[in-house]
Parts: sequence; C-alpha cells; structure tokens
Amino acid sequence: MKYLLKRLVLLPPLLLVISFLAFVLVRLAPGGPFDRERKPASPEIERALLARYHLDEPVARQYVRFLAGLVRGDFGASLKYRNHTVSDIIAQGLPVSLTLGMLAFGFSMGLGIPAGFYGALRRGQWREHGVALLTLLAVCVPSFVVGPVLVMLLAVKWSVFPVALWESPLHVVLPTASLGVYFAGKVARLMREGMVQTLRLEFIQTARAKGLSETAVLLRHALRLAVVPVVSYSGPLLADLLTGSFVIENLFQIPGIGVFMVNSSLSRDYPMVVGLVLLYAILLLLLNLIVDLAYHLLDPRVRHE
Amino acid sequence: MGRRTRRLAGLACALVLCATGCRPSFQRADLVILNGAEPESLDPHLVTGQADGRIVMALFEGLTRFDPRTAQPMPGLAERWDISDDGCVYTFHLRTNAAWSTGEPIVAEDVVWSWRRILSPETASDYVGVLFYLKNGEAFATGKLKDFDQVGVRALDARTLRVELESPAAFFLDLCCFQPFAVVPRQRIERHGDRWLHARPFMASGAYTLDSWRLNDRVRLRKNPRYWDAANTQSAVIDLLSGVVPATALNLYLSGAVDIVWDKELVPPDLIDKLKERPDFHIAPSLGNYFIRVNVTRTPFDDPRVRRALTLVIDRDRIVSRITKGGERVAYCVSPPGIANGTNVYEPPRGLRPDPDLARQLLAEAGYPHGRGFPTVTYTYNTQESHRKIGVELREMWGRELGLRVELRQLEWKAWLRAQSMLDYDLVRSSWVGDYNDPNTFLDLFMSENPNNRTGWRNPAYDRILRQANAETDPARRQELLCAAETILVEQELPVLPLFFYVNMEFFDPARVTGIHENIRSEHPLRVIRRTASAPAGKRPHEVSP
Repeated sequence: MKYLLKRLVLLPPLLLVISFLAFVLVRLAPGGPFDRERKPASPEIERALLARYHLDEPVARQYVRFLAGLVRGDFGASLKYRNHTVSDIIAQGLPVSLTLGMLAFGFSMGLGIPAGFYGALRRGQWREHGVALLTLLAVCVPSFVVGPVLVMLLAVKWSVFPVALWESPLHVVLPTASLGVYFAGKVARLMREGMVQTLRLEFIQTARAKGLSETAVLLRHALRLAVVPVVSYSGPLLADLLTGSFVIENLFQIPGIGVFMVNSSLSRDYPMVVGLVLLYAILLLLLNLIVDLAYHLLDPRVRHE
Repeated sequence: MGRRTRRLAGLACALVLCATGCRPSFQRADLVILNGAEPESLDPHLVTGQADGRIVMALFEGLTRFDPRTAQPMPGLAERWDISDDGCVYTFHLRTNAAWSTGEPIVAEDVVWSWRRILSPETASDYVGVLFYLKNGEAFATGKLKDFDQVGVRALDARTLRVELESPAAFFLDLCCFQPFAVVPRQRIERHGDRWLHARPFMASGAYTLDSWRLNDRVRLRKNPRYWDAANTQSAVIDLLSGVVPATALNLYLSGAVDIVWDKELVPPDLIDKLKERPDFHIAPSLGNYFIRVNVTRTPFDDPRVRRALTLVIDRDRIVSRITKGGERVAYCVSPPGIANGTNVYEPPRGLRPDPDLARQLLAEAGYPHGRGFPTVTYTYNTQESHRKIGVELREMWGRELGLRVELRQLEWKAWLRAQSMLDYDLVRSSWVGDYNDPNTFLDLFMSENPNNRTGWRNPAYDRILRQANAETDPARRQELLCAAETILVEQELPVLPLFFYVNMEFFDPARVTGIHENIRSEHPLRVIRRTASAPAGKRPHEVSP
C-alpha cells in the first residue's frame, strides 16, 4: 500500500518533467506550425498569427501559459486543425484507438498464450518447431506487410472483409489481426520461454510428487508463474496498442489517434504533440503500475519479498 | 479457466459492439468521395488546400460561383452585377431568395461583415492576399488602416453591394467564386469563436450544410433545402473521406466503397502506366507548376548567366516520361497553357529551350569554363520519392553537361519550407497551384515584396510591368505586358527554372457518376455531382444496412 502511494505521488512530477521536455523539444525542430507552402500575404499577418497563439512569447512564458491551461483541463487548440482543440481530437480518436487496441491485445493474448503454452509442452517434437516457425514469422514480418497481404487476400481477392474504413464490426477484423499478429508472436515466444523455465522448477516436481494430475500441475501451478513475463510485457504493449498505430490507422483509414502521434510532430502542431505525449506517458506509467501490482497476485515470491 | 475464457469472450464482444454501436447505425451516403488528406479546417477564411476548398465552397457561397463545366464565374448569391467603365467599381445585386440554411435572409451587410472578418489582422488568414485588390484592403489587413469604412466594400441597401478596387482586376469575378470571398455567418462566429463550425443548427450559405465531421474519417454534407438553387442540387448526402494511402484508395474505389477519388497523391505511382489504360482513370491538365527556385543571393547564382545555363541543360522530357509519367507537359515558362487573360487565352513567352552548347558558353562567360571553379552546390527537396528521383536526374544532367558537382539534400516538409523562407538553400524544388484563372496568380509570386517569392530576386522593372498589366483593361495590351513580365522571369533572369505543369488524376466511372467536367482549374462543384447507378451487383458486399 505504501509502495503504491509512493508510486502515485511520483506521477505528477514525472509528468511535469515529461511535458516540459516535449514542450521544449518540439519547439527546437526547424520550421514552425505556420510555415506553409503559401505564406501569408505580408509579414504583419504572419506576426498576427503567431501572436494569436502566443507563439511570439518566450518559451518559458508559453510553458507557464500551458500549465495554467492544463490546470483547467485545457490542452489548447490544435495549430493544424484550427477548428478543433487538442481535447476534441483526443476525444474523437482515442475511443477508436482504444477499441482497436483492446481487440488487438485480446487477439495477441488469445493467440499467443495458448500457442506458447502448447509449444512448451511439445518440446523437441515437430509441433514445437511448427509453432516456433509461425511465431518467428509473426515477429519478423512487420505490420505494413501483414496488413496489405491480409487485405489482398481476404478483402480484394475473396471479398470476405471490407478493404478499409471503420463502419461496422466486419471492418474491425482485418486491422485487429494486422495489428495483433506481431504481438501474438511476441507473446507466444515469451510464454513458451516462461513455461519452459517454470517446468524446470522444483515446486513443479513437488506438485507432481504429491500426485496431482498433469492438468492441475500445468494449469493451476505452472501457468500462473509462466505467464509472469507476458504480464510484464503487457504493460508497455497495452500502452502501445491503446494509443493507436500509425501504420494500421493509415492503411485502413481508421480515425484513431495513432496517426496524430506521428503527424502532429511533422506538422509542428505544438499543443497536439505535448497533449499526446502526456497522454501516452500517463497510460504507460499507469499500466506499468498495474503490471507491478499484478506480479503480487501472480507470483507468491514477490508477495513475500 | 472456463469462466475466465467466457468472461474474456464477453469482454471482446462488448468491445466489438462498442466499436460500432457507439456510432449511429451507418448508412452509405448517396455519393462517396475520397477527398485526400484530412481538411485542416472548414472555415473558408482559413483553408488553403484545394481539397479543403472543394468542401468549403459547397458549404459557403460567395457573390459568384464556378460554372461546373468551364470553371468560369457565374452568378451565385449575386444574381447580377454592373461594372464601371474604368473597371474599378462593381455593383452587385443580391438575390431576393438568398437565405441561410437556418432561414434568415442573406443580405449585403453579411458580405461586408465576412470580408471584414477575413481582412482583420486577428483572423490572420493565410489567403487574405487575394482581397488586397479591394481598395485599402491591404492597408486594413496589415493594420496600417484602422477604419474599415475606408475599405472598398459597402452595403448600399440590403440587396446592393458596392465594391471598389485599387485598380482594375480582370479576374475579380473569378476571385469572388473563391472561398476567401465566401459569406460566413456572423451570428455563429461572434458567439462561438473558433468553434463556430461545431455549433448547431449549422448555418450554411451554400448548397450543403455540415452534417458531421470526424477527423481522419469523413465530412458528411447534407443538402441545404433553403439554398436558392436547391432544386438543382443533385445529391442529398455526400461523404468526403480522408485518406492518404494510395493503395487503400485504389482498393476502396475498386470495391465500390467510394465513387470518386480525386487527389493525384492517391494514385499509386508505380501503377500509373497500367491505370492509364482504364476508362475510369482520368488525367487532366491542372493549374499548377513544378519548378526550381534559385537562391540569387548566393554566388554563383547571383549571375543570371549561370541561372540560364542551368535551365538550358535540363532534359524535361526525360523527367516527365521517366519519373512523373502522368502525361505532364514540360514547362519553359511559369503560366500553364490555356490560362485565361480576361475572355482571351493568355500566350506565354517561349522560354529557353534546351541548348547545352549555349549553356556551356554562358557558364564560361560567367567565369566557370567546363564548370571549373564552380563550387559544389546543393539541390534541396522535401521527402518524397518522385522529388528525389528528379533531383538525381538533375544532378546527372548538370554534371554531365556543365561539369557541376551537385549534392542532394532531403528535408522533411516543415524544414524544407523553412529553408526556403530563410533562403537557406542553393537550388530548391518548388511548386505552385494557381488560385484563380489568370497568369497573375503565378507571376505575382515573384514580385519583390511577395512573401512567397523566396528566391531573393528583386526586379523593379518586373514589378512595374506586372502592375501595369494588372491595371490594364484592354486584353490585347494586357497580353503584351504580362508576356513582357514573364519574359524577364523565364528568358532573362531565371530566378526560377520551370520543369513541368502538373496534371490532375481522378478515378470515377462516367457511366455511374455525372456532373464532373474537365476544366483548367479542376473545379468540380459538389452540388452538380450525382451517382446515377449503383455498382454492379455483388461488387459491394460491405454495405451496411441501417
């Protein structure tokens, strides 16, 4: 409990540092939000534009202004999409990215854990090699290849699923699979490793010696410990998945926030960059905290330390 | 385990439902267009891109509007107008049935307020320059003049608007079609500020109202029944999708999910040769050019002979046939072929045609025989495969013919823009898309004081002749003056080296979609476009019923 409190207390200062770094770094990049192919008709207008968004002030002053906004829960207006605030854009895109991310997470866990489990039990057999090959493929082939291949086969050739867009449950399948396949491979490998390690431990032999059925040994005792590496990996994985994927969202024209993660820095949309960095940081920190708590539930050794 | 699995499955189902159930049941629009990148805004006074402009002009109309066939100005909110003999005063007569989508009449004072808004320094519109033709427009926009009453636009009564220009502008009616001149709802903007487009009910002055707008998904437009010409609006609901991946665009089109793709950036470059064989793939000339800016503030580019030598050895045919491949026309001047001069077609100067011997001679005269003593120079371009390929070709041409050493420098978009405006380059890849159908939209870029000049080149004679040309009302005389100015630009001084003129590429099946006509501006007003037939049965398996 004390540990939890300590971690929670550390969150705000950490976020403050992160926001400050993001705030300053994005302003160091060459070019600004209002550098465009078509410049305003006179320097006065350009100055008015900068003044309107307070970009003519010293950075420190801008940062204070930003913090004051943050207190009110206001991240400011997007400088690229000038009719939208950063909060608007996150509110529109985040639910979509969350949905896709959770589904891809479910997909990678649902596929990866059983595959790794199975692979570990069939050590040395051709079936293990089959699983190993598949997971290796899943890990090696990037999503910008998996996505188009799936679209090519399942959407263009056989017309089972739509080619893109975000309109109905059918539209969700291909992006979920394209996004999840890499992580499924990764989870399977972690799971297999964890299982192999666990099965070597003494308490498994003890359990077997007690006369427990093999199913009980594997599911009740081994699985619980073997899944720990997967759990520790799932924190950053979830943070990654939930904040969307640039490649998959672009490829399937999905209105999530993954696209903004990349494009906002390319377009020097300062408030958007800072807002998204903060969002990502919060998710990452919270999920890591949850993962640490999960260790306590899964691994009795951690509980006793 | 079983219980947990069931729970997980339940959770997954709930999520899938949420993914779709959060949306009101989805129904395909009457017309679905893949419009290109997400619009930066739908505020007519803020948008700059053509794709954004197409949506905006459907929502907000000005005094005139584009003829869908010719892109010439035709009556919009104004049903007629009188022009004074000196070409400086326009009197517009507004329609009696011009109304907002909420029912209130649109009056002359609305036009005055809208133009005042875009001219105000607080609006900080990138496009305000096109209103500098109004008397005192520039002075007001730059803050030198505070009193708006001195700006050349005044409502004489509810239906009559008097517009006074600084000097005659042959293209003023053309400008009035363009979104910066559109009429916007004062009530909404004063009340909601930057968020006025989200206020409901939506107040539109054009053929459509904004039904919904989800970033990176789609803008949905719904027919405005109170539009004065609503009887001729062809589609009730139009979806304009945002997308940037060419392969996805092609797949969406081929699967029937979208009816039209009209952004050339959405054509897979590797497939152009194949696509050109399709009857539903359309290539049309456009009002845009691709050129190289030369930084004339740096030696050796401060010598016009060097700049002429550079352009004389460029094999433009090779670039358009090997790299761009879309049937682009090579350019030796900056004004695209077919651009109008009033009612006539403008005849640009011939420009400098390839002549490597003359180029070598010029370079020798400038003090660099066979390129000896010529410093290594850089050619800067923004990240894109075709720009890189063109850079490689140019490096090869300049090296082979003139003995120059050229390094390529790739910059990311914003850094590339900044490098141009800071004059931090030797040679830089550039392009421009015209705002209105008149050579001035290309020529005035290179006026000494134009912020888009970005070459460091200042030529008082050029400025003077171009100003004279724009004040000229006689088309024949204006032709001479424009041509004289452009001759300085592309035959004598060469602060820019033209390469080719852009084309537009569009996918649509004329048997199923009507109302799209080829014209020099590629203006396709949404109000006249209609899908006449569905895709063949079985071609659209993914349609979702409500």
